[in-house]
Amino acid sequence: MRVALSTSGQDLDGPLDSRFGRAARFLVVDTETKAVEVVDNHCSLNAAQGAGIQAAETVARAEVQAVVTGHCGPKAFRVLSAAGIKVYLSTAATVRAALAELDAGRLSESTGADVQGHWA
Amino acid sequence: MIVGVASGKGGTGKTTVAVNLALILAEDRDTTLLDCDVEGPNCHIFLQTETRSRETVGIPGPVVDDVRCTACGACSQICRYHAIVSLKGRPLLFPELCHGCGGCMLVCPVEAIQEVSFETGTVETGVCGRLTLVQGRLDVGHPMAPPVIRAVRKHAPRDGLTLIDSPPGTACPVVAALRGVDCVVLVAEPTPFGLHDLGMAVETVRLLGLPLGVVVNRADAGDSRVLEACAERGVPVLAEIPEDRRIAEASSRGIPLLTALPEFRPLFADMWQRIVDLAQGGRAES
Amino acid sequence: MTRELVVVSGKGGTGKTSLTASFAVLSAGQAVVADCDVDAPDLHVVLAPRVRERHEFRCGNEAVIRQEDCIACGACLARCRFDAVRMDGTAAGDAVFTVDPVACEGCGVCVHVCPVKAIDFPERVSGEWMVSDTRSGTLVHARLQPGGENSGKLVSTVRREARRLAEEEGKALVIADGPPGIGCPVIASVTGASVVLAVTEPTLSGEHDLWRVLALAAHFNLPVAVCVNKWDINPGICEQIEARVRAGGGRVVGRVPYDRTVTAAMVAGKAVVELDGPAARAVREAWGTVREMLT
Repeated sequence: MRVALSTSGQDLDGPLDSRFGRAARFLVVDTETKAVEVVDNHCSLNAAQGAGIQAAETVARAEVQAVVTGHCGPKAFRVLSAAGIKVYLSTAATVRAALAELDAGRLSESTGADVQGHWA
Repeated sequence: MIVGVASGKGGTGKTTVAVNLALILAEDRDTTLLDCDVEGPNCHIFLQTETRSRETVGIPGPVVDDVRCTACGACSQICRYHAIVSLKGRPLLFPELCHGCGGCMLVCPVEAIQEVSFETGTVETGVCGRLTLVQGRLDVGHPMAPPVIRAVRKHAPRDGLTLIDSPPGTACPVVAALRGVDCVVLVAEPTPFGLHDLGMAVETVRLLGLPLGVVVNRADAGDSRVLEACAERGVPVLAEIPEDRRIAEASSRGIPLLTALPEFRPLFADMWQRIVDLAQGGRAES
Repeated sequence: MTRELVVVSGKGGTGKTSLTASFAVLSAGQAVVADCDVDAPDLHVVLAPRVRERHEFRCGNEAVIRQEDCIACGACLARCRFDAVRMDGTAAGDAVFTVDPVACEGCGVCVHVCPVKAIDFPERVSGEWMVSDTRSGTLVHARLQPGGENSGKLVSTVRREARRLAEEEGKALVIADGPPGIGCPVIASVTGASVVLAVTEPTLSGEHDLWRVLALAAHFNLPVAVCVNKWDINPGICEQIEARVRAGGGRVVGRVPYDRTVTAAMVAGKAVVELDGPAARAVREAWGTVREMLT
């Protein structure tokens, strides 16, 4: 499956960003082929309101089945759910570590937003 | 006549000036005080009013007819505010972000979108003698103050006297509160922060092309730079209220200045006369 | 990891910026300071920054009619919900149409309906942010243009840059002067903070607004501290506030007395703690407690 992970870095060893909506970019990883794509999120950084929505749309257009991030606000969560994308929350320090957690089944799927909006 | 009381900075005494002017004027004429500081309305703390009415304020937002919707996404593409999002199938709606531009309805090829009203705040009206207090309150979590402010402004009587307690600062809520008033009273402190924020407030009010004057509060607390700046820019000083610990103490208990210290009545009466002169003097040059 | 102190107030004018300026000075160059009150920034008045970088801040768009291509059909005026299109002249074919940038909300409807695509839709420059040097270290600050949409985006930008610079400079702390109120700018300033310090005054207005801002902080599970400024104006309300803060799990870091040297310091371009007096002593003590909370 294709998974999007929020990050401020450029590769798998970069930090996992605790924010979803205003993360600088997403790394989209294919868990089977291990291919990695970089998906820019600067439109969301620039959004006055609704950054989470914008980020969710960006990720949905990248055709992923899951998102791994630190925290996810209510608007983003709604959009991701509507698009059928599963949300996993992780406190891992790096993208690589978060992927390992996901792989090992140590992350559970979120059933709702875990923070109020405007998580900057 | 409509007079807006504003300030570049919070805590300068805007509410003090608006409330006490309203009280002294309501002694002999019908007066309306609009509390447009909808994120934190405070006028009611100083006025014992009897509530007469309460209304909810709605903002327009989209509603989609699922049966007609073809999920083409045109609505989502035109929306600049992320209020309507179309991914797969039925659009998701975030009405609290809607600015009511009508774009989504315009572009929908199958007329599947209608506009309805979503609650964003409340307006409450209370009366005390000849004073009517109209207070706006933005619902917590709603990001836009201007729609509630505009709803409060609609309560200004066509004829008669209205005072507006504006939100502090110079951003869009202040513009919504002060649009089209006859003159603006800026309350400032004679301190470096006060001077700086007054400058920004003057810039904003001049953008709106409104006559303006300044009330200096805690006038003996700082230095003379605010008075000098007013003189330089040709901004009339409408009053100087001295720093008096008793004012702060009374205010802390919700007691209006003029109730606790009636010796300040002539100061407010003079202030009002100068405000009237300012409003009748015509438009300010920008 | 960088720790971040955000100083808020709920009600404006309680002394938030004065306290933040003193904390900046007391941090003795170990912090990057951020002025997140982008609507009415005042920290620079005390810290006297030398600007070394300026950046345009863009938020949203604005409609601009290209006069040479406009056919004066009036479709834009007909559709604008915000009364932002001005028509000068009488006949539809002769009139001049312009967009009032203060009223324009950047919705793009006029751009869409113009039959000859004569309306441009550039990004709106609605302010700027700066990186400066001060006697207390680096300051990141910003200014929103009058009438601008104060959504929190500029606040987020200032915080992000302050955190980035703190890491670059090896500073362990960011001290942020937050905006007043409880709206988007405040939310944008507190999310992810290590400690939220609310500065309030012992008045009914101050109390009223304090609870709203503390509710916000609690919602984000942020450690909360409170400092009552000019506490002796109403000791009764001061005690009420402190008791309720403690009951809610927050920390009372100190009380600052009503002291005219606070204004004298500001007039002299100094932080309160750069002079002496009862307020200065109370602020130093409060800083000690806040510092503990941050480690």
